Amino acid sequence: MEKQEYTITVYTENQVGLLNRIAIMFSRRKINIESLNTSPSEIEGIHRFTIVVNETEDVLRKLVRQIEKQVDILKAEYSTNDEVIYQELALYKVPTDAIAEKAKVERLLREYGARAIVIRKDYIVFETSGTREEINRLVTALEPYGLMEFVRSGRVAIIKASMGFHEKLKEFEQKERSEEVAENEYLGQQDHVFTM
Amino acid sequence: MSTLDIIKEKEAPATQATTTELTGSQAVLEAFLAEGVNTFFGYPGGAIMPIYDALYDYRDKLNHILVRHEQGGIHAAQGFARTSGKVGVVFATSGPGATNLITGLADAMIDSTPLVCITGQVFAHLLGTDAFQETDVINITTPVTKWNYQVTDASEIPAVLAKAFYIARTGRPGPVLIDITKNAQMQKFNYEGYTPCTHIRSYRPYPKVRNEYIEAAAALINEAKRPFVLFGQGVILGEAEAEFKAFIEKSGIPAAWTLLGLSALPTDHPLNVGMLGMHGNYGPNVLTNECDVLIAIGMRFDDRVTGRLDKYAKQAKIIHLDIDPAEIDKNVKAEVPVWGDCKETLPMLTKLVKAGDHKEWLQRFRDMEKQEVEAVIHEELNPSTETLTMGEVLKVLNELTNGDAVVVTDVGQHQMVACRYAKFNQTRSNVTSGGLGTMGFALPAAVGAKFGAPERTVVAIAGDGGIQMTIQELGTIMQFKVGVKLIILNNQFLGMVRQWQQLFNDKRYSFVDITSPDFIAVAKGYYIEGQRISARENLKQALKTMLDHDGAYVLEIMVGKENNVFPMVPQGCGVSEIRLK
Ligand SMILES: Cc1ncc(C[n+]2csc(CCOP(=O)(O)OP(=O)(O)O)c2C)c(N)n1
Repeated sequence: MEKQEYTITVYTENQVGLLNRIAIMFSRRKINIESLNTSPSEIEGIHRFTIVVNETEDVLRKLVRQIEKQVDILKAEYSTNDEVIYQELALYKVPTDAIAEKAKVERLLREYGARAIVIRKDYIVFETSGTREEINRLVTALEPYGLMEFVRSGRVAIIKASMGFHEKLKEFEQKERSEEVAENEYLGQQDHVFTM
Repeated sequence: MSTLDIIKEKEAPATQATTTELTGSQAVLEAFLAEGVNTFFGYPGGAIMPIYDALYDYRDKLNHILVRHEQGGIHAAQGFARTSGKVGVVFATSGPGATNLITGLADAMIDSTPLVCITGQVFAHLLGTDAFQETDVINITTPVTKWNYQVTDASEIPAVLAKAFYIARTGRPGPVLIDITKNAQMQKFNYEGYTPCTHIRSYRPYPKVRNEYIEAAAALINEAKRPFVLFGQGVILGEAEAEFKAFIEKSGIPAAWTLLGLSALPTDHPLNVGMLGMHGNYGPNVLTNECDVLIAIGMRFDDRVTGRLDKYAKQAKIIHLDIDPAEIDKNVKAEVPVWGDCKETLPMLTKLVKAGDHKEWLQRFRDMEKQEVEAVIHEELNPSTETLTMGEVLKVLNELTNGDAVVVTDVGQHQMVACRYAKFNQTRSNVTSGGLGTMGFALPAAVGAKFGAPERTVVAIAGDGGIQMTIQELGTIMQFKVGVKLIILNNQFLGMVRQWQQLFNDKRYSFVDITSPDFIAVAKGYYIEGQRISARENLKQALKTMLDHDGAYVLEIMVGKENNVFPMVPQGCGVSEIRLK
């Protein structure tokens, strides 16, 4: 199986120590985290982790089950890049002179949908958001003009298909039993898989 | 809103309407009383002194066993949990006390043993200052606990302890650690009674059982010509021994056990075909690669069971019954996953399976057993040489105990021999460190096992190596008059490692030659009776003396120095490549 980029979304209680509990699950399997973002979700008291990794689907499926098994974690799922809408935020610091002298830069910025958030005598800070490729393109474009500093955030992602977590949460609040997660791909196809 | 607030909000009001002032320490002990804990193990120290001080007033209600090392304490709690089916409890102080629990935590985690560990911690205002005996216990124990939590305010204690017990014993059980700062132990708060926890939003231990999977499993089983059952500790943890027996008896399917599934089914049951895995029996290993449907019940396809995965049961359709969804498809792909507590799923399955006997198929196991008896077992149990074998010790022990004893084993050759040859009539009779393979486990675990099953005979079997890892627990046995029988099978080697060196490293015996003290003199130093034997003619009488002795007894048996445990699936081989010699 080939490795590819996946986005893992984890809904958790807002509890001290959970970041460590989650991080350990990756380091123990020697899986490198490409980016990680954690923030409150739309539901009070529930936090959301967005983790990007390069892995095979097989490893990921098992990992996500182990993550979801942790007591303070409500739900964990993984998606391919096609299955999510995702963005990163980037800040760029460029010398003001370069901007003032070379109007080309301004055009560049317009082209990339960047916006100035601080303008000082010595430097200007621009901001953009977008996919990794979009952000990288602006970095490459700004480098010749003396890019002084650059920082990007972890990925944030919204799952295209999912109904969101709201409905699901009600189920958690009730003392109901949990749904089957181990789906059986062979069910109903018994004749195919079982011939003797 | 924190989880705790949610629990408080969700639960019905506490039984006691009136509030009283209690200290955090008293609240811990009240939680024990409410949870029905009466025996637990521990070792005091500065950071847990307030709890020990409170314990002084509860001496008549709570039975605290002072161990000699915290590792001994946690292994004892494990032994207690395994034989009693209850949650094991252990106390330790901060810093070194807490770090001494790590081995036991890792052991309990991998063997799914329900534990609640309480550690003392420095004052909350000192956290993170490298205060005296401050250790970041929460972070150190995170990978080896099912859940852990640090309490810094006494008012959290009732809800946190309720949560701890609930998490430890439900779903797939495991160890929970609660670290309590000293100020929280001393602080007074308005105690509103103890409410057991029955629900945690983010934790759903009991899955919905899906009928269509039960049906699919039953259909597969009903069509099978050579079905084979593998059972693990899930049967015992789910208290599903009767349901399990009913299932195999109706369907007539041969069943083999994993190390931790041992004793869930009586050894002499006609459908019991033996042990799986590296030192398991010949038939079950070879025939794993010949069955057409493999029904795994409460077991996790550990690599010691499967050998090389790419050579494991490739021809079989696999049905996997497990309460932990993370186990399904983890090592071996299941055709039909049956996620749920086997106490619930097994009767559903039994209802749908056809009654059958699979006589010819069962006979194949018996034929292979005959081959194994001829090649290995007969000589092991009836040796033609002068030196005693570990196997014959077990044979005589079986005769004398009628299979009714609890057998606690350490780790090494003797463990494999004991688990292969000990006979069991009752469940919860085999206590061993399976997943972690912790040397030093047997002696303290036997102490706990005896408290967990006080009416039963508890026999610990250890090697000359492992016994020296926790031998100080003879002190606990002495002080608390714990009537365990300890057999030391002395081969004057770290036997299992020596066996590997012999077989795989050209007999380069690198540091496996271990000298021992006079174990009987050591036992006598602790005022424990004992004797050493090395002749066959003394074996039966010595074992009888040990069993008849009122109280603890140490029996050292000198056995063959270079005997090996066979059969064996060599590392990196498939199960059908099992070697008889
Ligand atoms: C704490 C620990 N350290 C090391 C090992 C590795 N190990 C496994 S078996 C074994 C030898 C055990 O020797 P002994 O206790 O004499 O038992 P025997 O095999 O001779 O029956 C060793 C060192 C282990 N399992 N646990």
